[in-house]
Amino acid sequence: MGRLGAFKELGRCGPPERDPRERVNDFREFVGTLPLSELRDQASRCMECGVPFCHSGCPLGNLIPDWNDLVYRDRFEEAIRELHRTNNFPEFTGRLCPAPCEAACVLEIREGNAVSIKQVELAIVNRAWEEGWIVPRPAQTRTGRTVAVIGSGPAGLACAQQLARAGEDVVVYERDEAGGGLVRLGVPEFKIEKRLVERRLDQLRAEGVEFRFGVDVGADVDPEELRAAHDAVVVATGARVPRDLPVPGRELDGVHFAMEYLYDRARIVAGTQERGLTAAGKHVVVIGGGDTGADCVAHANRERPASVTQIELLGEPPASRPDDLTPWPRWPMKLRTSYALAEGGDRSFAISTTHLSGEGGRVRAIHWQRNSGAPPFDLVPGTEESRPAELVLLAMGFLGPEAALLERLGVDRDNRGNADAPRFHTSAEGVFAAGDARRGQSLVVWAIDEGRRCAAAVRSWLDGRGEAEPTFLSEAAVRAAE
Amino acid sequence: MKKQGLYDPAYEHDACGVAFVARLDGRRSHETVDRALRALGNLEHRGAEGADAETGDGAGILVQMPDVFLRGVVPFELPPPGRYGVAVSFLPQDAERRRLLEQTLEEAALAEGQQLLGWRDVPVRAEEAGSHARLFAPAMRQLFVGASADLAGDPLAFERKLYVIRRVAERLAGEELVIPSFSARTLVYKGMLTAPQLARYFPDLSDERFASALALVHSRYSTNTFPSWELAHPYRLIAHNGEINTLRGNVNWIRARESQLASELFGDDLPKVLPVIRANGSDTAMLDNVLELLVLAGRSLPHALMMMVPEAYEGRPDVSDEVRGFYRFHECLTEAWDGPAAIAFTDGTVIGATLDRNGLRPGRWLETTDGWVVMASETGVLDIPASQIRRKGRLQPGRLFLVDLAQGRIVPDAEVKQEVATRRPYGEWFEREHVRLADLPRRAPRELHEPLRRLQLAFGYTQEDMKVMLAPLAANGEEAIGSMGNDTPLAVLSERRPLLYSYFKQLFAQVTNPPIDPIREAVVMSVRSLVGSERNLLDETPEHARQLVIDNPILRDDELESLRQVDSQLFKAHTVDITWPVADGAEGLDPALERICAEADAALADGANILILSDRAVGPERVPIPSLLAVGAIHHHLVRAGTRLQAGLVVESGEPRSVQSVAVLIGYGAAAVNPYLMLATIAELVDAGRLDLPRGEAEERALKAIGKGLSKTISKMGISALSSYCGAQVFEAVGLSSELVERHFTGTASRIGGIGTLEIAEGALARHARAYPAGSEELLPVVGLYAWRRDGEHHQWNPETIALLQHAVRGGGRPTYEQFAQLVNDDSARRSTLRGLLRFAEREPVPLDEVEPAAEIVKRFSTGAMSLGSLSREAHETLAVAMNRIGGRSNTGEGGEDPARFGDERRSKIKQVASGRFGVNIGYLANADELQIKMAQGAKPGEGGQLPGHKVDPYIASIRFTTPGVGLISPPPHHDIYSIEDLKQLIYDLRCANPNARVSVKLVAEVGVGTVAAGVVKANADHVLISGHDGGTGASPISSILHAGVPWEIGLAETQQTLVLNGLRSRVWVQTDGQLKTGRDVVIAALLGADEVGFATAPLVATGCVMMRACHLNTCPVGVATQDPELRARFQGKPEHVIEYMFHVAEDVRRIMASLGVRRFEELVGRVDLLEPDRALEHWQRRGIDLTNLLRAPDVPEGTPLRRTEPQASPLADALDWRLIEAGGGRFEVRNVNRTVGGLLSHHVVSRGLEGEWRYELHGSAGQSFGAWLAPGVELTLYGDANDYAGKGLSGGVIAVRPPEDAAFAAEENVIVGNTVLYGATAGRAFFRGLAGERFAVRNSGASAVVEGVGDHGCEYMTGGRVVVIGPTGRNFAAGMSGGIAYVLDLDPARCNLQLVALEELEEDDERTVRELLAEHVDRTGSPVAERLLAEWEPARFAKVMPHDYKRALGLTVSAGGIGFLGTETEEAA
Repeated sequence: MGRLGAFKELGRCGPPERDPRERVNDFREFVGTLPLSELRDQASRCMECGVPFCHSGCPLGNLIPDWNDLVYRDRFEEAIRELHRTNNFPEFTGRLCPAPCEAACVLEIREGNAVSIKQVELAIVNRAWEEGWIVPRPAQTRTGRTVAVIGSGPAGLACAQQLARAGEDVVVYERDEAGGGLVRLGVPEFKIEKRLVERRLDQLRAEGVEFRFGVDVGADVDPEELRAAHDAVVVATGARVPRDLPVPGRELDGVHFAMEYLYDRARIVAGTQERGLTAAGKHVVVIGGGDTGADCVAHANRERPASVTQIELLGEPPASRPDDLTPWPRWPMKLRTSYALAEGGDRSFAISTTHLSGEGGRVRAIHWQRNSGAPPFDLVPGTEESRPAELVLLAMGFLGPEAALLERLGVDRDNRGNADAPRFHTSAEGVFAAGDARRGQSLVVWAIDEGRRCAAAVRSWLDGRGEAEPTFLSEAAVRAAE
Repeated sequence: MKKQGLYDPAYEHDACGVAFVARLDGRRSHETVDRALRALGNLEHRGAEGADAETGDGAGILVQMPDVFLRGVVPFELPPPGRYGVAVSFLPQDAERRRLLEQTLEEAALAEGQQLLGWRDVPVRAEEAGSHARLFAPAMRQLFVGASADLAGDPLAFERKLYVIRRVAERLAGEELVIPSFSARTLVYKGMLTAPQLARYFPDLSDERFASALALVHSRYSTNTFPSWELAHPYRLIAHNGEINTLRGNVNWIRARESQLASELFGDDLPKVLPVIRANGSDTAMLDNVLELLVLAGRSLPHALMMMVPEAYEGRPDVSDEVRGFYRFHECLTEAWDGPAAIAFTDGTVIGATLDRNGLRPGRWLETTDGWVVMASETGVLDIPASQIRRKGRLQPGRLFLVDLAQGRIVPDAEVKQEVATRRPYGEWFEREHVRLADLPRRAPRELHEPLRRLQLAFGYTQEDMKVMLAPLAANGEEAIGSMGNDTPLAVLSERRPLLYSYFKQLFAQVTNPPIDPIREAVVMSVRSLVGSERNLLDETPEHARQLVIDNPILRDDELESLRQVDSQLFKAHTVDITWPVADGAEGLDPALERICAEADAALADGANILILSDRAVGPERVPIPSLLAVGAIHHHLVRAGTRLQAGLVVESGEPRSVQSVAVLIGYGAAAVNPYLMLATIAELVDAGRLDLPRGEAEERALKAIGKGLSKTISKMGISALSSYCGAQVFEAVGLSSELVERHFTGTASRIGGIGTLEIAEGALARHARAYPAGSEELLPVVGLYAWRRDGEHHQWNPETIALLQHAVRGGGRPTYEQFAQLVNDDSARRSTLRGLLRFAEREPVPLDEVEPAAEIVKRFSTGAMSLGSLSREAHETLAVAMNRIGGRSNTGEGGEDPARFGDERRSKIKQVASGRFGVNIGYLANADELQIKMAQGAKPGEGGQLPGHKVDPYIASIRFTTPGVGLISPPPHHDIYSIEDLKQLIYDLRCANPNARVSVKLVAEVGVGTVAAGVVKANADHVLISGHDGGTGASPISSILHAGVPWEIGLAETQQTLVLNGLRSRVWVQTDGQLKTGRDVVIAALLGADEVGFATAPLVATGCVMMRACHLNTCPVGVATQDPELRARFQGKPEHVIEYMFHVAEDVRRIMASLGVRRFEELVGRVDLLEPDRALEHWQRRGIDLTNLLRAPDVPEGTPLRRTEPQASPLADALDWRLIEAGGGRFEVRNVNRTVGGLLSHHVVSRGLEGEWRYELHGSAGQSFGAWLAPGVELTLYGDANDYAGKGLSGGVIAVRPPEDAAFAAEENVIVGNTVLYGATAGRAFFRGLAGERFAVRNSGASAVVEGVGDHGCEYMTGGRVVVIGPTGRNFAAGMSGGIAYVLDLDPARCNLQLVALEELEEDDERTVRELLAEHVDRTGSPVAERLLAEWEPARFAKVMPHDYKRALGLTVSAGGIGFLGTETEEAA
């Protein structure tokens, strides 16, 4: 359990990052991990709580106290086993997760003191790859059943891997040219290098998963035929319908959804595409203060823009955890400054875009007004302002999954438009849903967790045990109870 | 009274006062009887009365046959003395029934060839008995039977025949016919009477012709008042003050032995007396039954007693080789009947008494110059002038005190035993015949035939088992420690199919007998185990010793192989495969059980005498039968078949891996266990680098840890020898079906039904499926039993509930509380607790505003006993302030209270009095509203506690009157409560210390707690707290947290039912606690019988506790359970948080009350009709749970109070102290009935802040607790002697006890004061000119004392003060002594327990201290011994007994300029 009392002597130390001024010049990852001895010190701060709130704060239920302790004791090989117990792709989450675990850490009761959990996670998995401890684990016996997984994002991949390891024959259909979903094409290379995604895909292939890239189910394959060809189908297509900005001037050229820009940039960086949307030399305005917006800002920063501005509808949150609104261990609604803004760009809060204007069909300016900072966002008179804007990126979140495929598959949707599958099984016999397609836009950790639990539901259904009980047990525990 | 609801008469206890009087010259006189009755009258306070004050629990007398008297009163001719016997019979009042039973007896006598002489009605004065007793009074008649011609010359043969007649008649007649005695030598009169009533009820006893040379009397204290005339003592041979803890095992073993019994003396008569034990008797009755058989079959009474109640003889140079040989030999014949016991016995020719091996009952004797011997539970029962006293003594642990009337003398213990022991060459026989396991040829251990991980999975190993249990076990040689309570579901409600072991809850001693401290009192413990076939109990031959002796019941693999491959004519092992084919499915288990039982039969028939139950055959196709089920099945099958004793059972299993699992296996009959997979797993941990030890060392430490844990486990029940624990079944099953229990765990309580073999088999198959087939690198499952894990076991306290509760009291308000409550009630409770399975009945609601306000309801709330020390000062005071502001109560816990808090709102109304008595002095007691005696703690019942030195900072130390930096031990038992009458005495003591406070007794739920509670009420308590098994703790072995005690729902319901049935409920407040969280919990508690409720964890969570479970590590990061100043500064709790929580709960209670149509809380109490099982929940019904008994309304007349409606009667009215107070000093006579002299006086002095001197000179024998709590300025000088507990809690006063001026005996050779003197004394001085009993100055923390000799365990657990011993010391001196200094004259180092102390020479300071104390001793007691020592001063004769820690701490005090705190550099091993 770490080192008794270490948390009193040692402060928290976050991961090392490359200098923003330097890193904007390339596309390599900029977040590292501490040297081993310091990392182990950090892990030793973990008290292995009787009720580990971190483990509860983690959507995956990562066994954080267990592997913190193992890292402190320099037992990385056991640590990766414990980590993989709940998490198929720690190298994704160790890079991309906002770490609600750390917000829930008991040491975070005194704000700013959480154990550096995310860094420990990343160190474990990095080390495991380096040491060659991560190898394919194909099933020893095969069931002979086949399952189609539509979508190769983290949910689809996790589901596929769980099923394949249980002996099911899995085919993953992906409409893009490569696997990984948003992790592959939405998230910038400098946050996660794509070779890491490819490395995992190789592992899945070796475990028997078949990938069919560039195949758009619904367009290239008839969903009915797909259902007929497989014993079960899993929809893991994500929640890719973006929220739009219904203001005058939206139709102007140069106003794009964030994903269009990010996908273009990702493909250009990967060398699979030559041209696309660019911020070079432009006044860029990113509407939306979230992670997607930050990624847009960061990519733009790497293109030498004329300016970058990020605006957010909501008001500026307090600098420290507001205990009346979001007390520990809840995710604190407090001011965070993204990595991207550290590299360049301005930001403003409580901004309502009133319209966009342009010349020759191209956007030239954005016009906004300050608002009250909270719903219903009343505009503050006399605060009208205009800024030059030549590339406007809409990063205001996602509304839900694309409807067409769900309709073709006969899957009912809930009132938010997501696939209605409370226990992963949808209204269509043998069709399951997981990830953002089921729960709406969310974190990578949720996606992996969804994929894992959906796999358990699929197996349970295939085994003729009907729908899995609404369970609080993990797959391992469910299996144990069988 | 029959079994009803949760009440079961099998769990009644009794205790008592016992005495005998004898004339050494053997002359029969009425005076003997008269004196005995007088002594009995003076022991009355040790007995008890029921709900109806005139009805006693029982009193009786045994005398020699009063031949002259009988001749005078019967209308028929009697043969010469010795040639007729008298059957004293209790018969039904109904004439017709009576005649029938009389005929049965007559016919039995005739059938056995004896002559019927006639019946005599024993005259009684019915009006002298209590009304309740009269209701059930039998007709008492005496049948006179003349000896047939062939027996007339052989008194023993005639006795035997009378015994046969009695047994035949008893068996034919059943329960209705009771024959208290049937002998030609002795006669018993007894009944459901008080001591003084006995003589008045039976006019015979006053007849001058009614003469005897000896008389044995007894006054009973039963835990309840159900009518029983039969259960009064004496029995035919004994009267007993004590308790047999191993009874169930003893009874089973005797039953198993019956098929082998044979006796030349009995011949063909023997089968007629079987079964040996009459059903429905008390423990004493059963002991008497067996003793009687042994004696009539030819052994002498001392011999039989030495067999059944052996002393601790190992490692004692004072025990002769012959006696040692005797004990060793007889261990092969029978296990001990273990438990605290003072047994007075007589066969009419000798009379005597013996004490259990640990000396847990008092007994004082004296011999007069004119040839009388008096033995009694107390000194002073007869008023004998000092000039006539020749010598005085006390019963000593394991010693026999024997008066032989034929020889006309007291025979010394060593002489009696030597004589018995040399009858035959027992020692030689044993040496020649027994075989030690260690002497068998070594054999190569078997290899695992399956991959380790598969086996681990198949046996349900978890990641936590490895990390939390096994790794620390092997690393530290100790069981892992945990903290906080158990908030996981009962095994039967769990979704994770726990191992069968988890359904068994360890029983523990509370009130009626003490647990033992296996560490500090290791001298009495034994874990030796014997395997082999036993022989005829009634015979003795060398072959009887053909047993295999196993020193440690946990076998290594090679030892098991040695056993399996034993190759001798004496031993033959047979291995029974306890696995079954997976293909047979769950239905295959029952046939498999039949198969293994049949195989065991066949093996025995084939001559096997070691049965190895092995699951080594587990594999892809075979699944293991749970080892406990296999043991229970075979054990009980063989018991039923009468063949059990032909073989010993040894378990070879992959399943056991904890202290608890091994303990249950042994508890159900296994003699030894080879946990091969546990050993292999430890080796794996070593190989994987998880343990920094060589394999051998790791295994060694793990085995040692389990052995230590076993000692601790058996000692919780007060059992000291593993051989007696074996098969004793001291467990309660929770969640097993009655069919299963009746068949395989016969005699175990299982009160809510539960699963059967099918579900057990499904669990085994599920575990098996995890292992086969599966990936080769499968990880062990995460279960989260000790620490919460998302996908693991459910915990009621989880991140969500903790966060919601904290948010609710920090702004979230009622909506957030309701979210919290809903989560706790609806979801988690239904998966976790019995109350979750209940729902409220549909009732006509009342408007909410008609329900009494929350401000009234919260007055019924208190917070739990959490000491300052376990909690930080900040947290402790926050709770106190909160509870005071709302009119509730907070509890000091066992740590005293800062006097600065007495006057303000930080004062805790409840002052706890626990076994360590830390901080308990007259000031503390006087400043309480409630005094709570903690008998047990939910998290670790039957265990003591320990506050590590690093938590004892100067502040904590000052409040506990101890030394900073020195660790503190709370013993498992209160050393002044070994029995219910002791508890009564402590209650009396506390009433004296504070007549205005109510006295509460805290118990923990287990089967029988209801009868204990009834006893507590009869002991005059105002309040009884029933704690659930799941309560919290600052530190406890994990097995205790998980496996001892039962839910409060069962304990509370049992208590309510028993108290109501007894008519005792109206006199006592009942409180319950244990993981209560919401209004629903509170209302259910009330409906099941609670007037009040307590909360501990929930209010702590409200103040910021996040269930770190690091209380024992001192690293609590939120400043709740730590003394680290840096961490304490992080405490953010406020009284307002606690207040808000309590009001949320109270408002929640009100809403439920409104829905139930109940306006006042008191109307809820005991209304079980408002509860019903929630039939909508199916999962638990599927598992066979049946709550009928829990919800049973007691069968009592309408209008019987269900709650407290009236106060207890005050026992203080006739206290001597009123006169002492009035006189302000002077000379008084004192008798043994004057108890706690000086206590009330001290309260008077302290509560009024009186200054000055209060000096008294007292003459006579003082009752118990002489000088208790004596305040500064009070000085008592007693000329005479004193009983147990003198100087208890001495708080600054001075006590001197000296013989009367005219005493003829040498004071220094005679006992002047009883056991457990100066227990918990905090200040003051005490001088005893004479010998003291066991445990002198136990847990003394500040008093100075001089004594002229002490018994065993002197200065035990002492933490401060100075003790000078100028005479002999007993064994185990200074055990657990962590502070203070003892100076002992001519100390034999072998008698000192050197675990914590060193022996040093006196330095200058020491000499001055000793000389000053001796001078005062001379001054106050006139001691010639001390005078001589001072005159011929030889400091070298004294040893200074100095605790290591104390020395270190004192050294630091000097060097650090009086600060003395050691800081936190000593980390406690976790």
